[in-house]
Amino acid sequence: MDFNLSEDRRMLSDTLRRYLAEQYDIETRNQAAYHAPFYAPAKYTELADLGVIGAFVSESAGGFGGEGFDITTVFEELGRALCPEPMLATLMSVRVLADLKQSTLVDEIVTGQKRPALAVFEPEAGENLCDIQATFSDGKLTGRKSVVYGAPNADLILVVAKEGDQIGLYLTEAAETVDYAMIDGGGAAEVILDDTPATCLSNDAQAALEAALDAGRLGLCAEAVGAMDVMLGMTIDYMKQRQQFGRSIAVFQALQHRVVDMAIEIEQCRSISVLAASHLGAAHSAKYVAMAKNLVGRTVVKFSEEVIQLHGGIGMTWEYPGAHYAKRLTMIDHQLGDALTQLHKVMQAA
Amino acid sequence: MDLQFTKEEEAFREEVRTFLGENLPQDIQRKVRNNTPLDKADYETWHAILQTRNWLGATWPVEHGGPGWNNYQRHIFGEETALAYAPRLVAFGVAMLGPVLLKFGTEQQKAEILPRILDGSDWWCQGYSEPGAGSDLASLKTRAVRDGDDYIINGQKTWTTLGQHANKIFCLVRTDPAAKAQEGISFILVDLDTPGIEMRPIKLIEGGHEVNEVFFTDVRVPVSNLVGQENEGWTIAKYLLTHERTNIAGTGFAIRDLAALKVLAQKTIRNGKPLIEDPLFAKEIAETEIDLEAIRVTNLRVLSESETGAANGYESSMLKIKGTVIVQRLNSLTRQALGAAAAPFPAENLPANAMTVPEDAAAAAAAYFNNRKLSIFGGSNEIQRNIIAKDLFRG
Repeated sequence: MDFNLSEDRRMLSDTLRRYLAEQYDIETRNQAAYHAPFYAPAKYTELADLGVIGAFVSESAGGFGGEGFDITTVFEELGRALCPEPMLATLMSVRVLADLKQSTLVDEIVTGQKRPALAVFEPEAGENLCDIQATFSDGKLTGRKSVVYGAPNADLILVVAKEGDQIGLYLTEAAETVDYAMIDGGGAAEVILDDTPATCLSNDAQAALEAALDAGRLGLCAEAVGAMDVMLGMTIDYMKQRQQFGRSIAVFQALQHRVVDMAIEIEQCRSISVLAASHLGAAHSAKYVAMAKNLVGRTVVKFSEEVIQLHGGIGMTWEYPGAHYAKRLTMIDHQLGDALTQLHKVMQAA
Repeated sequence: MDLQFTKEEEAFREEVRTFLGENLPQDIQRKVRNNTPLDKADYETWHAILQTRNWLGATWPVEHGGPGWNNYQRHIFGEETALAYAPRLVAFGVAMLGPVLLKFGTEQQKAEILPRILDGSDWWCQGYSEPGAGSDLASLKTRAVRDGDDYIINGQKTWTTLGQHANKIFCLVRTDPAAKAQEGISFILVDLDTPGIEMRPIKLIEGGHEVNEVFFTDVRVPVSNLVGQENEGWTIAKYLLTHERTNIAGTGFAIRDLAALKVLAQKTIRNGKPLIEDPLFAKEIAETEIDLEAIRVTNLRVLSESETGAANGYESSMLKIKGTVIVQRLNSLTRQALGAAAAPFPAENLPANAMTVPEDAAAAAAAYFNNRKLSIFGGSNEIQRNIIAKDLFRG
């Protein structure tokens, strides 16, 4: 047994933590997160230079990582810093492209020259690839993709569509998008495909896509653990400093116990994420990822509510960083299938 | 035991419902349904419409322009207006200052101020909380020092709801710093045009502007603006907090939001079928509905007891805790029901056809985050538990 990060991953984690702490004070983060293009392109490139994207894929595919723990190492730090860069989109895209042996595109993404978005889900297909209705025929895509993370300003839109019964992956640079900020910051778009010209990358991409989505789910779990760690510290600091009834509110046992439960839940989330990371890509990978995303999804909502409540009115204000962490955490449960969806998967797998 | 409303009460419910159907402007109703913030004119319009029937000052006696309703009628009115997606009343004038003046005000204050609340001449806001005095309100520091026929006020108030629309503020201020915390506080009325007052917006978690900070620097207010006696302010504040809490549980909002959630869960396709057909989600809805039925009856029991004078003190705290938790649970389920589509920032003003979610659910995440305030304001749910605990564990 060894639960320590490898030397390489610890170095990446340290470098990233330092860089993110220097680069993203809350004002800088909010400025980028809530205003078009909803990220900071120059910082995205710097993160690529630091090796963040290379960590998402294996050496044989052009990166230097690619394992579950590489993903969790990066995303835990992104979560700590409430980083608005669209790395979830990049993670899923580069993983599916590596799986499909698209080495030129992978290289362009790993080096930060091209930024991708993966257009998977639809208004009535929010969880399962088999429900997808977008189609590809005669070199053209038709359909509609909803809440495509990182799509604003993306260089490449990778579209999941059906050709006959097969689920394939198609590349377009001509899609019509309606861009918007998300309530927790960062950008997404509705992608409208109407005989939109596209290139077929693979007409049999289902397995690669399922694996890439699971990598994304694992990333979200680690991001949540990082963000919760920071929020726990913030909450304890605030409670120590906040005086009411002639003393710090941190001395009230009824409040202390709630914070204790939060601390325990973080460790539970960390453990289930470690479990999922250790199984990523192996047999039963999907089941462990679903377990992790379910526990994290259940935890983040309650956790965020408690953070806001324990801060009182301050926790309700835009000015307070914790409010943005709380929104981000809550919305993690909305990404790539919520706790309920994951629970169904675990029930079916059992 | 009889859980039925009387024939007269049912007739009253029908009268309210008919009035709302005929008089609630559709554009305002639509904003309420879609969780779009109302502007000042919307509130003023709605108050004026209610006042055509003397329904604005719901707790006021007839001789002061109120409807003279009993508790049940006020409850029915609150429930029906919520169900109809009417705006919440701006409570500070009609539901807070009005009753305070009726109990503690001078004849001159009643004659001058009350009519201006009902006819919309004045918009009152509340100056209670301070940065250092929230749950521990009695520790407030804003000072009022007597100087001839004036008080001179210095300090800061915060969380002043809709203060940006107000021209008047009622404040709790410290007039005797030597006395015990609760005994040196006074209740005073301030014109917001007075020199030395600055109001600054506080932006909330979901991006909205509904609360403010108010700064007082050497603000001169005539002594005649005092309500009640000097240093009697805490008694007035406590009266306000315990007075007329029939709608504190917000059951009307919960009934309305539950119905909307069921419709949304029917329309929303998740995992290939309507979400309502997912037994795990249906369980969440059903459990919330059970909790809601229970709080409705608890609420009616409290109403009945307070009508006969048998209420024992902590009911309003209980109703506040359970009522806010149920509304927040419904907000959370509505947000959840949208899945990934809950993400867009509602202030983005997306083209109408951009998202495929129902119009009234598009701001569900924003509404969920905004309504986290329910368990914080008006005495946080922790403070309400302290009140109940004090009663349960006394002597």
